[in-house]
Amino acid sequence: MIDWLAGLGRSTLDVVGGLGRSAILLVRSLFGMPSIEGFRLWLRQMHFVGVLSLPIILVSALFIGMVIALQGYMILVDFGADAALGQMVALSLLRELAPVVAALLFAGRAGSALTAEIGLMKATEQLTSMEMIGVDPLRRVIAPRLWAGLVSMPLLAVIFAVVGIYGGYLVGVEWLGVYPGSYWGNMQANVDFVHDVLNGVVKSVVFGLVVTWIAVFQGYDLVPTSEGISRATTRTVVYGSLAVLGLDFVLTALMFGDS
Amino acid sequence: MIRSNLIEVASLSFSRGDREIFRGVDLQVPAGKVTAIMGPSGTGKTTLLKLIGGQLVPDAGRVSIAGQDVHQLSRRALFALRRRMGMLFQSGALFSDLSVFENVAFPLRVHTDLPESMIRDQVLIKLEAVGLRGARELMPSELSGGMTRRVALARAIALDPELIMYDEPFVGQDPISKGVLVKLIKDLNRAFAMTSVIVSHDIQETLSIADYVYLIADGRVMAHGTPDQLDTEADPKVSQFIHGEPDGPVPFHYPAAPFADELLGAGRPE
Amino acid sequence: MKQRTRLMECGVGLFVLAGFLGLIYLGLQVSGITPGQRGETFTLHANFGDIGGLRANSRVTMAGVTVGRVTAISLDDQWFDGHVTMEISDELRDKLSTDSTAAILTSGLLGEQYVGLTTGADPETLKDGDTIRDTQQALVLENLIQQFISNMGSSGS
Ligand SMILES: Nc1ncnc2c1ncn2[C@@H]1O[C@H](COP(=O)(O)OP(=O)(O)OP(=O)(O)O)[C@@H](O)[C@H]1O
Ligand SMILES: [Mg+2]
Repeated sequence: MIDWLAGLGRSTLDVVGGLGRSAILLVRSLFGMPSIEGFRLWLRQMHFVGVLSLPIILVSALFIGMVIALQGYMILVDFGADAALGQMVALSLLRELAPVVAALLFAGRAGSALTAEIGLMKATEQLTSMEMIGVDPLRRVIAPRLWAGLVSMPLLAVIFAVVGIYGGYLVGVEWLGVYPGSYWGNMQANVDFVHDVLNGVVKSVVFGLVVTWIAVFQGYDLVPTSEGISRATTRTVVYGSLAVLGLDFVLTALMFGDS
Repeated sequence: MIRSNLIEVASLSFSRGDREIFRGVDLQVPAGKVTAIMGPSGTGKTTLLKLIGGQLVPDAGRVSIAGQDVHQLSRRALFALRRRMGMLFQSGALFSDLSVFENVAFPLRVHTDLPESMIRDQVLIKLEAVGLRGARELMPSELSGGMTRRVALARAIALDPELIMYDEPFVGQDPISKGVLVKLIKDLNRAFAMTSVIVSHDIQETLSIADYVYLIADGRVMAHGTPDQLDTEADPKVSQFIHGEPDGPVPFHYPAAPFADELLGAGRPE
Repeated sequence: MKQRTRLMECGVGLFVLAGFLGLIYLGLQVSGITPGQRGETFTLHANFGDIGGLRANSRVTMAGVTVGRVTAISLDDQWFDGHVTMEISDELRDKLSTDSTAAILTSGLLGEQYVGLTTGADPETLKDGDTIRDTQQALVLENLIQQFISNMGSSGS
């Protein structure tokens, strides 16, 4: 019983301590002085985190758009409402699938790579030696990566949505023969730029911040051994995905719950 | 000279988990001199350097560099202080995403506004000093262990710091480069009055350049003095270490229960 | 090294550009914001007894062709009607007669609702800001079913 209580206390302390350390990391690295050098580092990370994530995002978006169109058509056609296909594809992508699926793919591809990279830098004492040279690794290593994730994620989600809608067009219009005027017209009548598009973008900004934050923190805080790195990488993907799905529910309830 | 000691360590205690690594270490590093720290493997020499650099925080006692208490400084002040010191890591710790040239240029780029041509000259001078000017385009993953360490040394001295701490500079070097490094350390110290702290097991080399030697064992300073004093020291522990004799009072083993007990089954799971 | 950095910078530039173009595309093609159309429209109002599922941004059509969209919906607190404001394409300015009718229609059985305009015979035409008097409210499925059931009940007894 006492052991159990002590265990509970210890794990509570661990969790609270971790949250505290990650908050300090976030604040210290997000609010640094912008500089030309910082911009160059950010650009480099945009390449690794954003540009290199594009292939998987493009391919998944195309297929997901095509699948929604196919499934949606089969349901809608029974009601003679296949004209509403465009609206269905666009809304499901803009509000949910683009931000969420892009963030999940991002956690798996970019997040795990970030954790492993930072973890290896820690294990080989690169972070310590940077500190000894008098350069704060939070500024130099963590901050550009955080900002790159934060900026890349909404861009990736927007690209995801566009490609997905095009995929829906390919299947719905080109293949199943929905009248193109009603695919686009119905979509335009029912998609609101602020309510649907911008809310989706806001979601993806939040996901980008949270997933990248988890990834860099797991890398920065890990036990510097090969086992520690592999565990932290797994944790990044698991925690990142769970955080995205949980936050998605909260954000959806806040944004779309009252209409 | 008003302050003759650049580093003062006073009654420093530190433990990792349950293991006490230091209990009350006192040590002074005089400015402009070469001070060697020696001791059996695993006694905490690397740990001591990290405590001096402010990366680890002691349980008790204080470390001051140039009159500033390292562990009381704000984060910003600590980073400012670190610009004035260089450290050679035991593992080298080169930045794996930068080439040899960029690794050595790194401290110059972040801490000075020198034009590119001067940075280039500086880097080439330092690389020449460690004999690796020709390897400047290689990436750290393409270097051997000894080369890695020499590049790391070039990086540590890139800014011509006031204080430099070498953690095992001679490990993995062939006799020729060892000789070159000994001469390099001596020259840096003489020419730029660089205060140097050397952690090393290479007794010959270390004693030849050190002005003062601290021997650490069992969490405290076991002996200290000039190389000559230590060489003729009567204490059997000291002479065993200095002369590298396998049998003597200094324990070679990590603390453990008596070997015979373990073999005979004490503490074995039932 | 320099070459590779250049290439990388271009890649990032393209990526950011693609993102912004995508956002513009989502604005224009997907949510149907048409820039510059503001000056080429005029406003009409109409009151409906029940607007059903009509929403801001719903289409306004004439003979099935989209000629405008609903810009605002509010409650007329004098008549307790749904007050609908529409912007209509300039092509129809001074062409709709004052006895035009507006009806809320449904596309398909469960589709979205939209406003359908039909012009009348009066030589006078509707001006910017005028109100269409002759309106037909939305068909609400529940009301229809209720009517149907009560009719059945009364004819059965
Ligand atoms: N990160 C760590 N966590 C826990 N214990 C550690 C850690 N690093 C070192 N130690 C312990 O601290 C002690 C001192 O380590 P340190 O690396 O300072 O030894 P050292 O004197 O430099 O040895 P060597 O001459 O072999 O380099 C060792 O016994 C080691 O077990
Ligand atoms: Mg060591």
